[in-house]
Amino acid sequence: MSILINKDTKVITQGITGKTGQFHTEKCQEYANGKNCFVAGVNPKKAGEKIFDIPIYASVKEAAAETGATVSVIYVPPAGAADAIWEAVEADLDLAICITEGIPVRDMLVVRNKMKAKVAAGGKETLLLGPNCPGLITPDEIKIGIMPGHIHRKGRIGVVSRSGTLTYEAVAQLTEIGLGQSSAVGIGGDPINGLKHIDVMRMFNDDPDTDAVIMIGEIGGPDEAEAAQWCKANMKKPIVGFIAGVTAPAGKRMGHAGALISGGADTADAKLAIMEECGFKVTRNPSEMAKLLKAML
Amino acid sequence: MKIHEYQAKEVLRKFGVVTPRGIHCTSVEGAVKAAEELGGNFWVVKAQIHAGGRGKGGGVKLAKSLDEVRQHASDILGMQLITHQTGAEGQKVRNLLIEEGADIQHEYYVAALTDRATQKVAVMASSEGGMDIEEVAHNTPEKIIKVFVDPAAGLTDAQATELAKGIGIPDSSLAQAIDTLKKLYTCYMETDASLAEINPLIHEGNGTVKALDAKFNFDSNALYRHPEIVAYRDLDEEDADEIEASKFDLAYISLDGNIGCLVNGAGLAMATMDTIKLFGAEPANFLDVGGGATTEKVTEAFKIMLKNPKVKGILVNIFGGIMKCDTIAAGVVAAAREVNLSVPLVVRMKGTNEDLGKKILAESGLPIISADTMAEAATKIVAAVK
Repeated sequence: MSILINKDTKVITQGITGKTGQFHTEKCQEYANGKNCFVAGVNPKKAGEKIFDIPIYASVKEAAAETGATVSVIYVPPAGAADAIWEAVEADLDLAICITEGIPVRDMLVVRNKMKAKVAAGGKETLLLGPNCPGLITPDEIKIGIMPGHIHRKGRIGVVSRSGTLTYEAVAQLTEIGLGQSSAVGIGGDPINGLKHIDVMRMFNDDPDTDAVIMIGEIGGPDEAEAAQWCKANMKKPIVGFIAGVTAPAGKRMGHAGALISGGADTADAKLAIMEECGFKVTRNPSEMAKLLKAML
Repeated sequence: MKIHEYQAKEVLRKFGVVTPRGIHCTSVEGAVKAAEELGGNFWVVKAQIHAGGRGKGGGVKLAKSLDEVRQHASDILGMQLITHQTGAEGQKVRNLLIEEGADIQHEYYVAALTDRATQKVAVMASSEGGMDIEEVAHNTPEKIIKVFVDPAAGLTDAQATELAKGIGIPDSSLAQAIDTLKKLYTCYMETDASLAEINPLIHEGNGTVKALDAKFNFDSNALYRHPEIVAYRDLDEEDADEIEASKFDLAYISLDGNIGCLVNGAGLAMATMDTIKLFGAEPANFLDVGGGATTEKVTEAFKIMLKNPKVKGILVNIFGGIMKCDTIAAGVVAAAREVNLSVPLVVRMKGTNEDLGKKILAESGLPIISADTMAEAATKIVAAVK
């Protein structure tokens, strides 16, 4: 098993006809069971055509109805990406994965509040992964996103991170010392996003095929601390934690009022301290994440 | 993106927020003329730089005559204004705002910003305006009131009233204060701001509510739909190297250390900086070359890092995913040749076509030090610069 996706997942690609969408759809098709997983694309202007043998539909709703797909991956450019997320939500998909980087924060605020209002009104919940994320992979089954497939290996370690290349770093370290991964999840680097560390940790905790987790965070925002508190009370599996940005200058990326509202707990040092207090094995040396985890198994 | 106070007030006025009358100028003569034009018998001469704490640093002066306006303007224009946000060398003052004086009865704080935890817009207010809000938050957090706004509903009358009453705005000014808060929220949303702060917001003896100082940050992802905001950009206020880097789509931030680093991905770039520190040195910069690192981009990245005279060595850390290590290696070799690299260079490459990449580096004839892990790379570069 794994979290969120497996070899039987059927995927719609939104933005399949763009350069990025095409490039990565081909790579995803080539990976493991990808040929059978990527069943539809969406572009209203090219409905009825095919790309890499994948039929293109006019809307997500139609693509889902025709193919039974329950997941979409979004490569739509920033200006239209939030609308693309909403289209996936309106089609009642299980999961939308938004790779797009550079979406205006206001657009994400609006769509996230619409998503929550839909659920509050009794509508079906669509989970969102991202935006500005590499996607997720269940090794040897399915890869949805832009990560290099070949560094992964099937196994029992979960990986969750805000940063793409830092996820790859953790995965490569694990694979190198003989530890495979159950799923590796990139939740993305944007301030307003969908699934957070806490949500993914919960899934790994419930997954019988995950034995331990590497959780990687960054400076800014309250998410890692929130996840750490949850793990302290609920997590039954060992966790190695790393936070990037001990050397990042304060105030360079966020205005002082941004730091103010999260109560000053969003520096790397503060997050590392909370994670340690909550029972994580934390490290300040990102080169030893996998080694530390192995020692805990 | 940041803007000046005089520009922030222009933005606020467009949305109907009342500010003191003021004129932007760039010369002493201009300052005197501005004061004459404004009329009245006292004025405020305000340095315009992209940093807070200007008053404490001597960049804001009250003038009771045109001679005093002249005197203050000539003192402030051209000075290196040092505040807690500028760093030790300060920021050169090139712009002034001359404003009519205000009849300050009380100073408040109001701001709008995006709250990550609730995924709503937080509108906050405090009775303790005119001072550093971080201090207020630290010493008397109960004096800051927040409401969280769903963009579908907007800031409601009830929320705005809660804030205005909560910070003790007198009844005679209440209606205008509520209106000002709602306008601030509208302005925040419509301009795609990431921070809109009025500090202080005041009420005058006659009850008028005015924005006496204002600060905005804008979401850089949304600038494409705000040419009117982009027009406010003042390159003099930004780091020259960071501007140069942005032309090549490189994310670059100068730091104080002596080891330059070039990395793909923001998270890995921070982790690399952290590793350098962990092994006993300090990073000279943050530099993310992004996903599509061409030879040209890598060369520009090297040039920008090497402009910094403090740089005594360079660490390149690349995780090859879609971007292949051999492509990056060829770029690094070409860049090192073009800039006649004279400082030690450690390269750590991992991922797609790693072996091909290492071969290109080894056969280049350049004294490139190779490493397998981030820790090894940091150890080697720290040793090489000592």
